[in-house]
Amino acid sequence: MLKLTEIDTFYGDLQALWGISLEVREGEMVSLIGPNGAGKTTTLQSITGLLRPAKGSITFDGHDLLKVPPDKIVDLGVSMVMEGGRVFAGMTVLENLELGAYGSRARKERFETMEHVFKTFPRLKERLNQRAGTLSGGERQMLAIGRAMMSKPKLLMLDEPSFGLAPILVDAIFEMVKGINKQGVTILLVEQNVRAALELADRAYVIENGRIVGEGSGEALLSYESVRSAYLG
Amino acid sequence: MLQPLAQNIIYGILIGALYGLAAVGLSLVFGVSKFLNVSHGELLMLGGYASFWVFKLLKIDPFLSIPLTIIFLLLIGFIFYRLIFSRLIKLEVEKKIQNSLLVGFGLSTILQNVALRLWTADDRSITTAYSGLSFELAGLRLPAVRLISLAISVVALISLQIFLKKTFTGKAIRATVEDWQSASLMGINIHRVYLLAFVIGCALAGVAGTLVSICYSIDPSMGLNWTLKSMVVMVLGGLGSMIGTFVGGIILGVTESATAFFIGGNYRLIAGLLLFLIILIFRPQGLFGTKEGDR
Repeated sequence: MLKLTEIDTFYGDLQALWGISLEVREGEMVSLIGPNGAGKTTTLQSITGLLRPAKGSITFDGHDLLKVPPDKIVDLGVSMVMEGGRVFAGMTVLENLELGAYGSRARKERFETMEHVFKTFPRLKERLNQRAGTLSGGERQMLAIGRAMMSKPKLLMLDEPSFGLAPILVDAIFEMVKGINKQGVTILLVEQNVRAALELADRAYVIENGRIVGEGSGEALLSYESVRSAYLG
Repeated sequence: MLQPLAQNIIYGILIGALYGLAAVGLSLVFGVSKFLNVSHGELLMLGGYASFWVFKLLKIDPFLSIPLTIIFLLLIGFIFYRLIFSRLIKLEVEKKIQNSLLVGFGLSTILQNVALRLWTADDRSITTAYSGLSFELAGLRLPAVRLISLAISVVALISLQIFLKKTFTGKAIRATVEDWQSASLMGINIHRVYLLAFVIGCALAGVAGTLVSICYSIDPSMGLNWTLKSMVVMVLGGLGSMIGTFVGGIILGVTESATAFFIGGNYRLIAGLLLFLIILIFRPQGLFGTKEGDR
């Protein structure tokens, strides 16, 4: 479904990704783990068009994503939740959700999609006319994921959804992500919370210094000695 | 004493509405794309001249020709954006502000000189059959054209507000103001949003220009003064609040006319700038703006 082949991405003159290749198959939940600054976020941003790789190729459902303008990528069914959620704080919960369905494909069905999102996140319905800036951290993350769901993605990419949340909320968020995956949405998850990320995922990639250094099923990586010593202590 | 003061304050409110309208355009452009367009006043001047010549040559009433002015400035804005400002969008925020200042300054010099060449340095104003008309209310004089201009400013502001709050495109503009990366991930074409905000800003300047040419007078060098006023009002009202900006315009208008009344006409400019400094020191987010951290 999603395939990255040998991509190099730069920040100005600084090379952040070195020949990254990875694949996400339909229906899978794939985790991307690695230390801070390894290039996890950069990889996601290269897929969504926020950054453009200098080399390599990215294909999604047969489309060459490097040839698709950033605002059309979401229309193809790729959605991303950035670290911290990045909801529009000055706008209401409802407006945030509406903007999630901005693309022409999702806009037509936005009312039905919204009902569907409320089933996963009933809290959002209660907060509908509240400004997103007044929500708690957990609610913001739910809104961010709900907003991404409004675009009816085939592939949902999440950047550190557990970041800054209380442990009990982290579990709840992961449960919801799992639920979304069960509904048939393919998931690419970037996480610092390595144990949870590996337990949840069908497969995982380990990234270090902008290079993929390991790959395997979540279970296999969990028992993999270098991963254990580096991330699980 | 009280009667002339009240009269002065009314004049202050009436001109303040035009300050507000001009500033709303500047503020919208700055909020969305971080371009500080110092040729905003010249756009206002172009709007004024457009109405003036349409009135003079085609005998079309200046209030009725406002749609023409709007179309004219949308076009001008489109050309300036595509030709010049679009080249700055990839820059970092700080560089964007600096470079747009430089570009805007150059543009304003060019526009002033072109206007001077084409239309001479003469003051112009539009005098219609109803220009001298005014209403009396409790002994206070309310000039008809300025009242109509106030009404048009309010209508323009409300239309903008409805557009920003109720339409998908308006919401996309507000989303881009808050977080362009997030907006881009929603599938919003942020380059189109920048362009749209820019041309709307130009159109608002144009409408303000028309109203100035009806109520007061225009000349090729008027731009700088209006740019300065718009910047003062933008800071006064606070970024992000269109209604706040408009109210800021009225506050500036009233401050100026009260200063003129109590101290003397020569001091009105100083009063405005003083107000600007005081706000910057004590409430940098503006009277109606929100601090970054509050959101």
